[in-house]
Amino acid sequence: MSVAGTATEEQPLIEARGVQVDFATRSGSVARALDGADLSVRRGEIVALVGESGSGKTTLARSLMGLQRPSSGEVFFDGAPLDYSIRGLRRFRNQVQMVLQDAAGSLNPRQTVYESVAEGIRLHGKVAEDPQGRTEVDLVSAALSDAGLRPPDRLFLRYPHELSGGQKQRVLIAGALALRPQMLIADEPVSSLDASIRGEILALLLGLREELGLGIVVVTHDLGLAWNIADRIAVMYLGRVVESGTTEEVLGSPRHPYTKALLSVVPEIEHIEPIVLTGEIPDPTRIPGGCRFHPRCPALADGSAAAAGVDEQCRTEPLAPLPATGVHRVACHLDTVLNIVS
Amino acid sequence: MTELLALRDVSVSYGTLDGPLPAVRGVDVVVHAGEVVGVAGESGCGKSTLASTVLRLQPKSATVSGTVEVLGADVLTMGWGDLRALRWAGASIVFQGALHSLNPVHRVERQIDEAIRVHESGVSDDAIEERVGALLEQVGLPPARMRAYPHQLSGGQRQRVMIAMALACRPSLIIADEPTTALDVMVQAQILDLLSGLVKDLGVGMMIISHDLSVLADVCDRVLVMYAGRIVESGSAQQVFSDPQHPYTRALSGAFPRIGDPAARYAPTGLAGDPPDPRELPTGCSFAPRCPRVVDRCREAEPPLLQLEGERAAACIRVGEP
Repeated sequence: MSVAGTATEEQPLIEARGVQVDFATRSGSVARALDGADLSVRRGEIVALVGESGSGKTTLARSLMGLQRPSSGEVFFDGAPLDYSIRGLRRFRNQVQMVLQDAAGSLNPRQTVYESVAEGIRLHGKVAEDPQGRTEVDLVSAALSDAGLRPPDRLFLRYPHELSGGQKQRVLIAGALALRPQMLIADEPVSSLDASIRGEILALLLGLREELGLGIVVVTHDLGLAWNIADRIAVMYLGRVVESGTTEEVLGSPRHPYTKALLSVVPEIEHIEPIVLTGEIPDPTRIPGGCRFHPRCPALADGSAAAAGVDEQCRTEPLAPLPATGVHRVACHLDTVLNIVS
Repeated sequence: MTELLALRDVSVSYGTLDGPLPAVRGVDVVVHAGEVVGVAGESGCGKSTLASTVLRLQPKSATVSGTVEVLGADVLTMGWGDLRALRWAGASIVFQGALHSLNPVHRVERQIDEAIRVHESGVSDDAIEERVGALLEQVGLPPARMRAYPHQLSGGQRQRVMIAMALACRPSLIIADEPTTALDVMVQAQILDLLSGLVKDLGVGMMIISHDLSVLADVCDRVLVMYAGRIVESGSAQQVFSDPQHPYTRALSGAFPRIGDPAARYAPTGLAGDPPDPRELPTGCSFAPRCPRVVDRCREAEPPLLQLEGERAAACIRVGEP
């Protein structure tokens, strides 16, 4: 818990600067999944990347993993730009590991728990380079117990279909921990799990940060999850971060109309009148001009932008990408004006 | 108020190679016209089995006891002809997983009009097309989308198509099985708005099944919480969510934190362990092995669903104890 405020000066462990990712579509147009996204995560920090489907949060996570090479912009790890050679990526994967969404689908049904966790250890030659001279069995055991599966050897010979949903998720996390990474990227780590298991997995992530000092990026559309475990939040919309700050700032006093809308539709918040946005995130081959959120923006629709005299700007003037600093920042014309006034 | 659905002491047991698997054990549910009843619980608690028995959709291996009445008719004993007439037109189901429940090789139009053609003979093609268009409009899709294939639609749009299908034959009762699972928060809010609007406008009765108690608290009048095949708590949706009596409900409700609640910061709550194997239920309360409030008495006998004040009930012998 000490992490949120104190680590501001420290160099980020991983950082995305102006990352842009284009995908060519079959019709020849270009879908810009990321359009200048910035994000930084420090050691021991949990950052939640939130947004709807199509906001680019998974693409940003994949870019941080080196799985997706940016069309422009750069990803830095420990201050150095990512080396996309096979060897460079292999070294990098030792440091940053991903826990995929859908635990049930991500485990090989014909591999035992032991084999699943040992696979990464073998690929990366972890036994040979272990400073304490531990065996493969030791490393697998350690990874499983770090993931909260104790005693580990009881699970070695189990197949995925013999495990509960929570156990499968823990095995996946163990597979990632087996490489002793400094950082975990978890894509919707609890969305396919039952409610009662959810808390246990989130507690595990918090424990890993505490005990191993991992930096963690959680990709999620679940704001409750972010409130539970994240130090900072970056809200994404159509390939950009539109609001970022500490969890208390972003969820406690949201400033971007999109964040406000997202927050208002979380079912259990009863005192807020839900702002249900119509439609869905636009097609990334046709990013709207001006502010990318303006066609769905409730503040533009209800006239508050016009009252502040920024409606023309909203429609025509693009906003600059938000830098990845620790301060509470918002990409919104209306917010800029309101902040100057106050 | 008309009783659209009445399940009385319903038990469902699946025949498996390892012996009978009791999925639902003595459940009572009543849904009135204009009412939304939620059923909450985790995977394996029997909630989807319960939904399938409403229209006798359970697999052949299942044995059902108790009574299931839809619009006053006994579903378990009625003949095939009556059952066919009841499905879609009397009561319909919005299945979970809209992507897998739609046929990928047919246009949306054909999937919706199928039910109309089967149930109402002699309707002209033009009239059917008009009905399909109107149904799509009712669920917030442009009528022109009837020409689309499922893969051309987003998740939320597919779910809307599923709801349009369920409405096609103007049923009085709609069962929605996990209608918003796998949807984004904003789309989820749109779909929940749509469902509540339908209940208000059409006066239908609805049973919504979900693992997410907070979703149910938002749209339902009453909520039932199931664990290991039984109802462990029932009451008005707001009460069950904000003042749960059963320790299991308390855990479910706590799993979705109130944003802004300082107590939930860095303190996710959950339950250790997994739900029991229905074939090897523990003696006494089936929740006892995971219960934070368990005492020796809990392991003696399965606690009955105790009536509390108002329409509340909870199956816990320690209700009311500090």
